[in-house]
Amino acid sequence: MVIGVGNEFRRDDGVGPAVVGQLRDLVPPGVRLVITDGEPTRLMDAWTGAALAIVVDAVHAHPPQPGKIYRFVVDRPGTGQEPAASSHGLGLDDAISLAIALDRMPGRLIVHAVEAADLTHGAGLTPTVAAAVGTVASAILDDIGAGRPGPASADPG
Amino acid sequence: MTHRNDRVLSVAELARVEGEGALYIRASGNKVEEARLDIYEPPRFFEAFLRGRAYTEPPDITARICGICPVAYQTSAYLAIEEACGVTVDGPIADLRRLLYCGEWIESHSLHIYLLHAPDFLGYSSGIEMATERRDIVERGLGMKKAGNAILEAVGGRAIHPINVRIGGFYRAPSRAELAALTDPLRRALEDALATVRWVAGFDFPDHMCEADMLALSAPGTYPIERGTVATRSGLAFPASAWEDHVIEEHVPHSTALHAHLAGGGRYLTGPLARYSLSSQWLSPLAREAASDAGLGPSCDNPFRSIIVRAVEVVYAIEEALRIIAAYEPPDRPAVDVPPRAGVGCGASEAPRGTLWHRYEIGADGIISAARIVPPTSQNQATIEADLRAFVEARIDLEDDELTRQCEQAIRNYDPCISCATHFLNLTVQRSLPVRTDGGPSSSYVRAGRGHRRRERVPP
Repeated sequence: MVIGVGNEFRRDDGVGPAVVGQLRDLVPPGVRLVITDGEPTRLMDAWTGAALAIVVDAVHAHPPQPGKIYRFVVDRPGTGQEPAASSHGLGLDDAISLAIALDRMPGRLIVHAVEAADLTHGAGLTPTVAAAVGTVASAILDDIGAGRPGPASADPG
Repeated sequence: MTHRNDRVLSVAELARVEGEGALYIRASGNKVEEARLDIYEPPRFFEAFLRGRAYTEPPDITARICGICPVAYQTSAYLAIEEACGVTVDGPIADLRRLLYCGEWIESHSLHIYLLHAPDFLGYSSGIEMATERRDIVERGLGMKKAGNAILEAVGGRAIHPINVRIGGFYRAPSRAELAALTDPLRRALEDALATVRWVAGFDFPDHMCEADMLALSAPGTYPIERGTVATRSGLAFPASAWEDHVIEEHVPHSTALHAHLAGGGRYLTGPLARYSLSSQWLSPLAREAASDAGLGPSCDNPFRSIIVRAVEVVYAIEEALRIIAAYEPPDRPAVDVPPRAGVGCGASEAPRGTLWHRYEIGADGIISAARIVPPTSQNQATIEADLRAFVEARIDLEDDELTRQCEQAIRNYDPCISCATHFLNLTVQRSLPVRTDGGPSSSYVRAGRGHRRRERVPP
């Protein structure tokens, strides 16, 4: 399954949902696509029992490189505990910690993260982040063994 | 002889609060000079975003303001627009609306009780740590939350940002069988909710009282959720359409949110304590009994006990959901027609965190020309600040770490939905205290970000 985390009304925080939107016609049957706000128990409920869960989220990094793409295979929460660039104070790290405590991690968890440039109120991604959408979608298709989606494209908002 | 010693304690990332903002407290000696809650409020963006949109759109658009309480935004929106269009919705559609809202209360309160608030009382740094040591307890809370989720999925179409809600009702009414499938999980959740009331009633509660008026919807004959007129404990009673005559919002320099107070000047509290204090007599017998057994009287002024009130409200919401499901007959049509007409409409409902008020101006063509949204947290902001001021003054002798921890807990009493779309809360406590007179160094503590601390020497 693929889970897009974010809020489409906070500019680049919507990158997760944008990637899921692009994957909608590209993933094989049986691959579940979910969009969520990142609330940990919803994330955990979404991936419980999945053999493979792929999460797409926006992140901050220091120093910043907006549009930069990261890919992690995750089996434990991060150590920094910096809040993710998502809609709420509880985020992906909390979901992973909670899932470990409750034995509800998916068989394998991969996180694709895109560095955000703009998290103010409003719809639409910044061009830099929008340009990353196709690349991330392609990488996710590789993760699930479904090949590439063709030329990357995204609405620059 | 005493000197002054300025200490600054800055704790970034007050976790377990849905949103972002900052709390700043400045104390001099034993007196708190300033308590300031900075919050950043997305409804203002949405108010502008709604202008020029069709009158049918606000339930879907405003649901995106908050992932935790989208039904509240949808409800206040359709109530306002239906009032503007002169339409009243009742019967099974109204019952379904209340059922959906019960799901949101169950979900939101369960999350807050188990992952945000209870850890404070039990000495855990987080709900995660509590889950590690008390998995059974946390699983119980998550089970209750899941029962609420199931209602949102069955009636609202999905658990976040429900898509089945429209002006006049729903796009599709669930079948009896679909709702009946919720019954067994809800019965189990009711037992868990009653156990939750007993559990939280055993916590230690600081002796503290919130000195403010209280405001909530009132719907004599039933506990207020998705309908009612506005009432205050001081005796005001008015319809949502008269909100602007009684509730004044003002800009304050430190916040993008507006501070609300009553026209007479008084600050007030909205949310579970206000609902309970104004309408506890309308709870179900079982919920009243649970409240009484938990030590609650007919009203409650201690914000720390709000965790008990939330647990009682979960009991009530589950019972209401079971009652509605048992009596449910699908409506002939899932929605009534709501043709547009030029006018102004106001709607208010009880979000888990308090009264949420909407106002829309609509043209004859159905296009929205003005929108106004007053969320509960901005109404509570002045009261939270005043409450924190009194709370800190009574505990000014505490060490910084403990004072900070207790301030965080006090903020979580209010379950602030500070942004509904943002990141974290910063807490800063700055205080001036007498320095040591034994010749030891004067020190300044600066903690910027969780886990980072440095000590600086400052001149006396």
